[in-house]
Amino acid sequence: MNNKLYGNLIFELSKEGRRGYSLPQHQCEKYKIPQTLCREKDAELPECDELTVVRHYTNHSANNFGVNNGFYPLGSCTMKYNPCIDEEMAAQPAFRDLHPLQPATTVAGAKEVCHDLEQLLCKLTGMDAFTLKPYAGAHGELTGLMVMRGYHESRHDDKRTKVLIPDSAHGTNPASAAVCGLEVLEVKSLVDGTIDVEDLKAIIKEQREEIAGMMMTNPNTLGLFEKSIPEIAKLVHDCGGLMYYDGANLNPMLGACRPGDMGFDVMHVNVHKTFSTPHGGGGPGAGPVGVKAGLEAFFPAVSPYEGNFAVLLRTYAYILSLGKEHIKEVGPLATLNANYIKERLKDLYLLPIEGLCKHEFVFDGLADKSTGVTTMDVAKRLLDYGYHAPTIYFPLLFHESLMIEPTENESKETIDSFIEVMRKIAQEAKEQPEELKAAPHRTPIGRVDDVQAAKHPVVTYQQMLHDNN
Amino acid sequence: MDYKYFPHTEKDIQEMLDTIGVKSLKDLYAEVPAEIRFQGEYDIPSEKSELEIRQLFDKLGRKNRPLTCFAGAGVYDHYTPSVIPSIVARSEYLTSYTPYQAEISQGTLHYIFEYQSMMAELTGMDVSNASLYDGTTATAEAAMMAVAAGKKANRILISDTVDPKITEMVKTYAHFQQMEIELIAQKQGVTDKHDMQTKLEAGGVAGVIVQHPNYFGIIEDYTGFADSCHDNKALLIMNCVAADLAILKTPGEWNADIAVGDGQSLGIPMQFGGPYIGYMCCKEKLIRKMPGRIVGMTQDNRGQRAFVLTLQAREQHIRRQKATSNICSNQSLMALFVTIYMALMGKEGLKEAARQSYCNAHYLHEQLLATNRFTEVFPHPFFNEFCVKYDGDVDGLLKRLEMAGIFGGIKVGDNLLMIAVTEKRTKEEMDKLIKIAAS
Repeated sequence: MNNKLYGNLIFELSKEGRRGYSLPQHQCEKYKIPQTLCREKDAELPECDELTVVRHYTNHSANNFGVNNGFYPLGSCTMKYNPCIDEEMAAQPAFRDLHPLQPATTVAGAKEVCHDLEQLLCKLTGMDAFTLKPYAGAHGELTGLMVMRGYHESRHDDKRTKVLIPDSAHGTNPASAAVCGLEVLEVKSLVDGTIDVEDLKAIIKEQREEIAGMMMTNPNTLGLFEKSIPEIAKLVHDCGGLMYYDGANLNPMLGACRPGDMGFDVMHVNVHKTFSTPHGGGGPGAGPVGVKAGLEAFFPAVSPYEGNFAVLLRTYAYILSLGKEHIKEVGPLATLNANYIKERLKDLYLLPIEGLCKHEFVFDGLADKSTGVTTMDVAKRLLDYGYHAPTIYFPLLFHESLMIEPTENESKETIDSFIEVMRKIAQEAKEQPEELKAAPHRTPIGRVDDVQAAKHPVVTYQQMLHDNN
Repeated sequence: MDYKYFPHTEKDIQEMLDTIGVKSLKDLYAEVPAEIRFQGEYDIPSEKSELEIRQLFDKLGRKNRPLTCFAGAGVYDHYTPSVIPSIVARSEYLTSYTPYQAEISQGTLHYIFEYQSMMAELTGMDVSNASLYDGTTATAEAAMMAVAAGKKANRILISDTVDPKITEMVKTYAHFQQMEIELIAQKQGVTDKHDMQTKLEAGGVAGVIVQHPNYFGIIEDYTGFADSCHDNKALLIMNCVAADLAILKTPGEWNADIAVGDGQSLGIPMQFGGPYIGYMCCKEKLIRKMPGRIVGMTQDNRGQRAFVLTLQAREQHIRRQKATSNICSNQSLMALFVTIYMALMGKEGLKEAARQSYCNAHYLHEQLLATNRFTEVFPHPFFNEFCVKYDGDVDGLLKRLEMAGIFGGIKVGDNLLMIAVTEKRTKEEMDKLIKIAAS
């Protein structure tokens, strides 16, 4: 795309008197809105014709990179293919045009989808009941923690206000705990990246009466399966706590192991990860929460209706498309892809923990640290070669984390090309490190200045104009 | 593998397994203890072809019955310009994620910056975030933000004229935190200012939540509310129906500190409850207390204007339990939706749609009263939603309307019916409703 011609903001294309809409001739015009109730000045929204608007947003889309553009190995985000049929189903007027408070008899189809989807999720995860209300993964975490607290509250076990969270956990875990009024007890990792069960035992021993439960992903953030999960679950259950499964890493478990069988009592599912609904540039997703029998009484109403219903329609279409024959192939193929990349790159990139990974793994930057080329530089260089970068600088356990998750939808050819490029970048790091430090070169814009943006925040067009004057 | 979403041939799989040094796909899970391994088949239906998926959804769709909608209560049947779904479906937007890599995400970052600018204009506030889930949770986030900004104050006052769904959500979020929720009484459908004053003066109030127009559709007079709040070191939080602000006095003009609400009224289909979009705008001095993503302007190393996620030190991936909120994924694609809506409708179109909604609602209100079967409930101005008292059985009336393909409104009391009208409703549709209601 041509950034010179199409780099404008919509406000900069506005011209007084232009129209981009048509409404019917007004039939009941005589009612006047009293001036005292009205705003003094109009909202300065753009005035554009329809084609200008269409071109503006079409051309800006060319400055974006999605799964449909190319390989998107963003670790912990499970950037799968989002099937077109799911989009088509979610757009049907018979679902799209329903008011959420319509009489039950007029929304029987929608209700049936919700009920069936809850059942499907139960079967796939080994849980007994699901609520579809949570709007996203972090919202699911909050919901699940509320279930946990509601359970203890019902038993008048009011001292349980602390939650165990591994130090490798995603930031939403401790943040959700805080929003739910829980204090975080951080559990250490061993050098191999899994939970230090001895540390867990020590914490539990000291505070066993105050522990509401434990939040975990499995596989963990490093993509490693926590082998000690039966023991961990027993320790937490024995002290009176509940086990919470963060569904962020559920994908490799499809066909291999269900959270309900691992000893978890409460969990959420990120349908925009595991069940292939589009990430939409940062939502809307959905985060249904599942529980073991008896805990459904503590489901809080975290949305007024059925959450992000149209997203759930896509989930339903996806699960039914794959069916029992193919949903079980998802985990093994995602795991195959991840291990293959790891094995073929570990001579050039530092693999801190050997052994089998699941759907993702983490390199601690380039193996050769003498070049001064960082994970940031590698990530930016990948953009030049037409790939989205892996997740970088997370988890915080390593200084140069580079977290790669390929998903089951990627072919061997795609992955082989990616591996070749990663190897080439490692070579470039030795031969022309400056080129990498200045990357990317071929993207619509160059490396951005984050510091300036945060130091002097300009977050609206009005502020931009004000600054220019 | 023999499936359309899996590109692996048997040969690919074997080669990859050889490279890894394991014998079978099963061996990739060697470390998973046998007693917890999933054996056998999932108890779910067999795979469905695309044709069968279509047939199934057709069948399910036929069990639904979209009605001519005269209901609101926070969800409004406004018109969606045809441009929007076609652009929002572009996979460059649809299949991308949070714009962490700014250099290949300017499309998303651009529209979020535009969205923030438009929402700030519409609400008359200084700044906006990139979106929250919906209007109810956004209000709960605003309450938490007020408590965080208010140092030791932990009481939140909510007017009894606020939609009960919103109040419930704030209570749900507050329940496990050190946050007290109290209702401010209402008098004939409007907030009792005297009661608010008394409760504010009792001390410890971090924020006051009111709604505009309120749950019953009434346009309340919030004169003096901000001063009362500020005199008592509390923030004024105003939940507003986004589309109505094209015409109505803005939270900025009422000197509110935080404006929140649902952006569904900006052309988003009702889709049985979601996805919608929660918006949040505030005064500039509160920006570092805001939850959610924020996009800011900066430059790239070639001197070009560029946009980037900013003020991330507020967020969970940096601050963990000390973050302003736990929100991560929000409703980005819906922000694109309403941005295109506001770009197309523009300054005049947004006003025109709001004016038509207002006039339609006033026509219907007047005609219903003229049947002599309905009486006015509240002596206050309303926008496009109103309450009326019916002299018969409301449930029966709603049933009769339903038979005629009309969703006639929401029952909010024994004889009370709440009706909403948008620019989408024609005079014929309104006259049909009036005829059935009069009989």
